[in-house]
Amino acid sequence: MAIWLTENSKIIVQGMTGGEGTKHTRRMLASGAKVVGGVNARKAGTTHEGLPVFATVAEAMAATGADVSVVFVPPAFTKDAVKEAIDAAIPLCVVITEGVPVHDTTEFWAYAAEKGNATRIIGPNCPGIASPGASNAGIIPADITSAGRIGLVSKSGTLTYQLMYELRDFGFSTAVGIGGDPVIGTTHIDALAAFQDDPGTDAIVMIGEIGGDAEERAAAYIEKHVSKPVVAYVAGFTAPEGKTMGHAGAIVSGSAGTAQAKKEALEKVGVRVGKTPSETARLMREIMQSR
Amino acid sequence: MDLFEHQAKELFAEYGIPVPRGIVAHTVEEARAAAEELTGRVVVKAQVKTGGRGKAGGVKVADDAADAERKATDILGMDIKGHTVHKVLIEEASNIAEEYYFSFLLDRANRTFLAICSAAGGMDIEEVAHNTPEKVAKVPVSPITGVDRAKAREIAVAGGLPERSIEGAAELIEKLWAAFVDEDATLVEVNPMILSADGQVKALDGKVTLDDNASFRQPEHEAYADKAAEDPLEAAAKAKDLNYVKLDGNVGIIGNGAGLVMSTLDVVAYAGEAFPGQPKPANFLDIGGGASAEVMAAGLEIILSDPSVKSIFVNVFGGITACDAVANGIVSAFQLLESRGEAITRPLVVRLDGNNALLGRQILADAKLPGVELVDTMDDAAKRAAELAAVGA
Repeated sequence: MAIWLTENSKIIVQGMTGGEGTKHTRRMLASGAKVVGGVNARKAGTTHEGLPVFATVAEAMAATGADVSVVFVPPAFTKDAVKEAIDAAIPLCVVITEGVPVHDTTEFWAYAAEKGNATRIIGPNCPGIASPGASNAGIIPADITSAGRIGLVSKSGTLTYQLMYELRDFGFSTAVGIGGDPVIGTTHIDALAAFQDDPGTDAIVMIGEIGGDAEERAAAYIEKHVSKPVVAYVAGFTAPEGKTMGHAGAIVSGSAGTAQAKKEALEKVGVRVGKTPSETARLMREIMQSR
Repeated sequence: MDLFEHQAKELFAEYGIPVPRGIVAHTVEEARAAAEELTGRVVVKAQVKTGGRGKAGGVKVADDAADAERKATDILGMDIKGHTVHKVLIEEASNIAEEYYFSFLLDRANRTFLAICSAAGGMDIEEVAHNTPEKVAKVPVSPITGVDRAKAREIAVAGGLPERSIEGAAELIEKLWAAFVDEDATLVEVNPMILSADGQVKALDGKVTLDDNASFRQPEHEAYADKAAEDPLEAAAKAKDLNYVKLDGNVGIIGNGAGLVMSTLDVVAYAGEAFPGQPKPANFLDIGGGASAEVMAAGLEIILSDPSVKSIFVNVFGGITACDAVANGIVSAFQLLESRGEAITRPLVVRLDGNNALLGRQILADAKLPGVELVDTMDDAAKRAAELAAVGA
């Protein structure tokens, strides 16, 4: 079992014919994910990587039955690409693109809400979502872990891979990279809620980083609604104030958004927080072994 | 990117927002000349990208040009929360009847924009917000419908502004929204927004943060960059498209992925606590998920040009790019740097984990690169890098 992405998911790639789109379409196919086509208005009717290219998301859905879109288009075109996916009411839209202006993200988020949130948006600036052994939508390396019963939600790509790799003997139901931008579609809380309800998930790893208060809000949610064990890791304890640390959203502003505050909020509700990624993996290992 | 007050006001003026007349001065002589040109009472305002400048003595009223010169002498060179004052804004003094607070900002939690408005503006707005939150109106603004005059009025009324200020404030707020959207800002703040004695609503201060992700469609924003204040290493890294932040320690850090690099800084700082001099990270450097040889070489070059670096920790998780490719990248980076006559003389600790980790480690072991040590785990590698920095220091 998994959340949001299963072995039956049919994936289309917006921006499939570009460099990143091509590379990762190949990788997704190689991992066994059901990629069924791509979208590029200028190349509609052609094939790419052996897959049909459609003019719009709606056409691609009608022709292939796709229910997941992965967006690789450049930042300048991301807003329109996501709005197109929303217009087509595709159930899941995974936005990999890094460097999307926050006004654009805020606008397509509002647009999705206006349309009744029929489309779940993950990202932008995220590695995507992988349900090991079942499907893979995005750029998460498929071969670093195995299928299992741990759920993972993270703001960071490589820290996601690190934890998936360290815990590969237990394996994962689903790993969701929600992205490091200040405004993102799917949040820690959305993933926590879905993992709580997923019979295939026994325990949850949550990875956060400096900036905003998403982790604090997740802690409040865990206290009320999550009975499955959660271990967490927060990156950026030593980050200086006022500097953006790689991710557009990773910035400590004054006393807001510090790693310490996030750790304290999580520990206060009983979440064990690892001091390093490896210690976090050890904490999860203990939980899985005691089951 | 944060703007200086004078830049924010120049931007406001472009959008037709009333601001006092002002002239930027870098020296006391320029300050005097500016005050002479403006005539009458002026305000001398430190230009620093930090709050609390008024309370720190960075804003002073001067009666005439001679007085402005004296006040500028006091303020130029002053340190405000670690920011040195290199320029002042000389501005005509305003007759203030009332002070309000206004801002548009990004509300990360609710994934929308927020207008914040209060009739109790000025230096103590943070205390007002803390002690009497009911005096500070927070009005969500949809990015789709935005702010027209009616919405602007609604915000001004919610902030408790008096009837005689509503129309002027609404006009200012509407224009400020245009600036916020058209310039891809994540913050525009006016504190105080004033009602002058002659009944005009004006922006007496201005704070603007622009979204760096929008630079591709805001080419003119480049002119706002404060080149003088930029760290030379950060500038060099930026020229090479590297994601680098200079820190004050002595362990050079290279990693792939922002989260992993942030985590590496933390783990190195913890490990450093056990060694003499407590070595700390010298920088943040993310070479991206891919981690190609060229980028690795460019990264090593930047780190080696930092004289405070005593040891280097290369922390790579092989995901999209497997560890053998990363190892080959490190080997070619060494060759590339050597061919340029830049031998790597400082010790380098490498941790490779993930896809093809064993193969990658073998490639590095076989290459016998000078000063390179392989350590299997991130925690142990951090310890070793800190230890080497302590020895080298």
